[in-house]
Amino acid sequence: MGNAYNTLVVYPEKCNGCGECEKACAKAKADSTDIVHSRIKVLKNLEDEYFGPVVCMQCGEPSCVKSCPAGALTKNPETGVVEWDEDKCVSCTICTLGCPYGGIYYNPLMSNVMKCDHCGGDPECVKVCEPKAIEYKTEANVYKDQGEREDLFAPGLAACLGCNMEILIRHTLRHVGPNTVLAAPPGCVPGIAVVGINGFTGTKVPSFHPLLTNTASMLAGVRRYYKHIGRDVQVLALAGDGGAADVGFQSLSGAAERGEEVLFVCIDNEGYMNTGMQRSGTTPYGSWTSTTPVGSSLPGKSGDQKYMPLIMLMHNCEYVATAVMAYMEDYHEKLEKAIQASKKGFAYLHVFSPCTTGWRYPQEKTMEVQRQAVATNTFPLWEYEREAEKFAFTHPVDNPTSMEDYIGMLGKFRHLSKEQIDHHRNTVATRINLLKAIAEEGIKPLKAAV
Amino acid sequence: MQTKYLIIGSSHAGLTAAEEIRVHDAGGSLTMLTMEDCLPYSPTILPYIVEGKVEEKLIYLRDEKYFQEKNINFLKGKKVVNIDAKASKVSLADGSEIAYEKLLVATGGNPTVPPVPGLKEANYLVLQTMEDARKINEVAKNAKHAVVMGTGLVGMHAAEALGKKGLQVELIRGRRRAVLPNYFDSDAGKLIHQVFLDNGINCDLDKHVKEVESANGKSKVVLDSGEALETDLLVVGTGVKPRIDFLGDSGIQADKGILVDNMMKTSVENVWAAGDVAQAADFYGKEKVLTGILPDASDQGKIAGLDMAGDKAVNLAFDEIGGQAALSYRGGVSMNTFNFYGNKSFSVGLSLANEEDGYEIDTMSLPTSCMYQKLVFDGDFLVGAVGINVTLDPGILVNIIRLKIDLKDKKAEFASNPLDMSRRIMWDSWRGAINTAG
Repeated sequence: MGNAYNTLVVYPEKCNGCGECEKACAKAKADSTDIVHSRIKVLKNLEDEYFGPVVCMQCGEPSCVKSCPAGALTKNPETGVVEWDEDKCVSCTICTLGCPYGGIYYNPLMSNVMKCDHCGGDPECVKVCEPKAIEYKTEANVYKDQGEREDLFAPGLAACLGCNMEILIRHTLRHVGPNTVLAAPPGCVPGIAVVGINGFTGTKVPSFHPLLTNTASMLAGVRRYYKHIGRDVQVLALAGDGGAADVGFQSLSGAAERGEEVLFVCIDNEGYMNTGMQRSGTTPYGSWTSTTPVGSSLPGKSGDQKYMPLIMLMHNCEYVATAVMAYMEDYHEKLEKAIQASKKGFAYLHVFSPCTTGWRYPQEKTMEVQRQAVATNTFPLWEYEREAEKFAFTHPVDNPTSMEDYIGMLGKFRHLSKEQIDHHRNTVATRINLLKAIAEEGIKPLKAAV
Repeated sequence: MQTKYLIIGSSHAGLTAAEEIRVHDAGGSLTMLTMEDCLPYSPTILPYIVEGKVEEKLIYLRDEKYFQEKNINFLKGKKVVNIDAKASKVSLADGSEIAYEKLLVATGGNPTVPPVPGLKEANYLVLQTMEDARKINEVAKNAKHAVVMGTGLVGMHAAEALGKKGLQVELIRGRRRAVLPNYFDSDAGKLIHQVFLDNGINCDLDKHVKEVESANGKSKVVLDSGEALETDLLVVGTGVKPRIDFLGDSGIQADKGILVDNMMKTSVENVWAAGDVAQAADFYGKEKVLTGILPDASDQGKIAGLDMAGDKAVNLAFDEIGGQAALSYRGGVSMNTFNFYGNKSFSVGLSLANEEDGYEIDTMSLPTSCMYQKLVFDGDFLVGAVGINVTLDPGILVNIIRLKIDLKDKKAEFASNPLDMSRRIMWDSWRGAINTAG
């Protein structure tokens, strides 16, 4: 299997043309203030305002490597970086003919070609980019780490094309590992064959199919039983928002309140998508669902979404966090903390999980919907650790993008009036302000008052 | 001996094909032949070996370990003398035979020798193989004077290399009265020519070889003017033609080179050809052409490898334009770089075009700084470019030409700021492609 590689990602729309990246690169690579030495180039002097750095993309199949007659360019199979060997290079510059993106340049001062080498895994340009137009994506590490572990989910599955859950289930099971009992109450999780078809489970760990109402209490019992016989078994629930926030809530609330040692993951697709897209308690205001139709008398769901993560936080859980698959490193960090917390008490992860079928967006946009939900503060990412008395945003968004960017992606919101969008904006603003207040004040007892 | 895949030749086309075959067929037996005694290398590197810019041991493109890891049977010193396509086997100079299921001919080119009286009998050297480079270096050690015939890439490059070794070099043009006439127009050529003169290379383009006389291992080059040049070292770099002398009665159709279709298939079942030996589609016209350039050899090798390994994606992935398989060969665009005495130049696309042919030409010339830039437009499309000591990304320009990107109202800005504009256009087009796909 091929390796996953870390990547330098450029967001041209964020670039302000300040040129700090060029200076930092020239300094790091040639100890010079002359930006001719920079491997990253900012487009300049164009009639209309357009910036965006140009830099080697470390291609999977690099033309420059194939065009080099001296064997001086190679793609490092470990890091993915296309490396240049000065001793071998004859400066023929044929590589510059091969590269369609100007990723390798001739430097007249050095009489050599030069190209980005990711600074060995710690790119200087990223550090100085104030508008964050260049990011060094290290998600590859996650894939490398998880790739070493056994995939505990069957190769085949019955999910809709573009479903967010396959990646979620595979990553989660790899991470929690084989010493796990999995509960999957009715919903899309068993629907895509987790609990099995024709007598075979879709997982390589014991999994069962509780009622929609009793997942948390059954898992609590499983955990207690194993503990009783001296085995430390991880218990895990992969439940939908119905099995967590609605019908499943009383057992979830009870187990959390009692501090049962359970890891409960709510996969929130904001409705009963498995049974035909009915509304749930987490369906946002104005959404089209099959039970909140859009017509002459109804404009979608009339009430607001209930915000489960804060409700769970108030259950004194050991750990509560919100997450999306689009920020995979963040998810794994939280999952690890949740696993550790579930050895001492209740751990709750609330994963925002868009549904291509029920929300009506193109199937390849699943990750983009998540990014936009985060970027607009519709779904803020945060975590709470009880013991550390810590509440913090893990992906703070200080300058949220326009709410329309998110709403416009989704068919379920297509009918929204301006007033309804404003309502959305207000709901989101109220929520983020509340969360910010909590983050600012901190969650700790008022020691002075005691 | 029997092998599933047989590749004759081990430079860019052959190596890329082998790489590609191994992506799709990890186990099928694969044999690669080279007639030489060394590991694979690029002929492009040879002038640099003569110049001494890089050591021979550093420039091999693959090592034994690579062939072991990829399970490739790499055989040195194996010269193919005949292909029997009916029996699917090749005969080697050593008398042995190799049976194949699929064959790739990637034998590159042979130097051509102009029909100058006495030249064939003379003690001349060429520069096409590693052995040639070693011989030139051996002779150059004790030589004071060299004559280089040919003002193409090989001849020019060899002249500079020998000049830098301290030899007095006489550079004499071939058929055409210009330097690098395939890549540079006369204005650009003059600049390059002047740099050679300034660096002590004798190169009078009026001079032309009439005949060559040889005595005691030394050659005497007699010019049209009657002038005679005695020399210790005579290098002929007047051109290259495909190495196809082993086709015999295989039925493989050849014109100047082996004729191939857009999948690099020859006229004969189970035989492909790629690289300098292949005569393939032209980017501009309908006639098949030889391109003889390195990036093309890699591209063609890749396509041949894909097709040989029977990768279904090749035929499934149809492009929206014209129903052509997306990965098939779309015709070579002329491109090259030429670097001389610390100066950098490149030529891409229809670099020789002029206004009389209906093209719009935008030039910038600063002869005193040896700078030259030429952009060739066909309507709102860039079709060619030349640069000497200017900062441009030739690879981006090649792709703007290849993708036939309509510059529309950006043409004027492109002409005035080609560096940033071409980068922007390429990145926009790439991002646009991502967005369209998404």
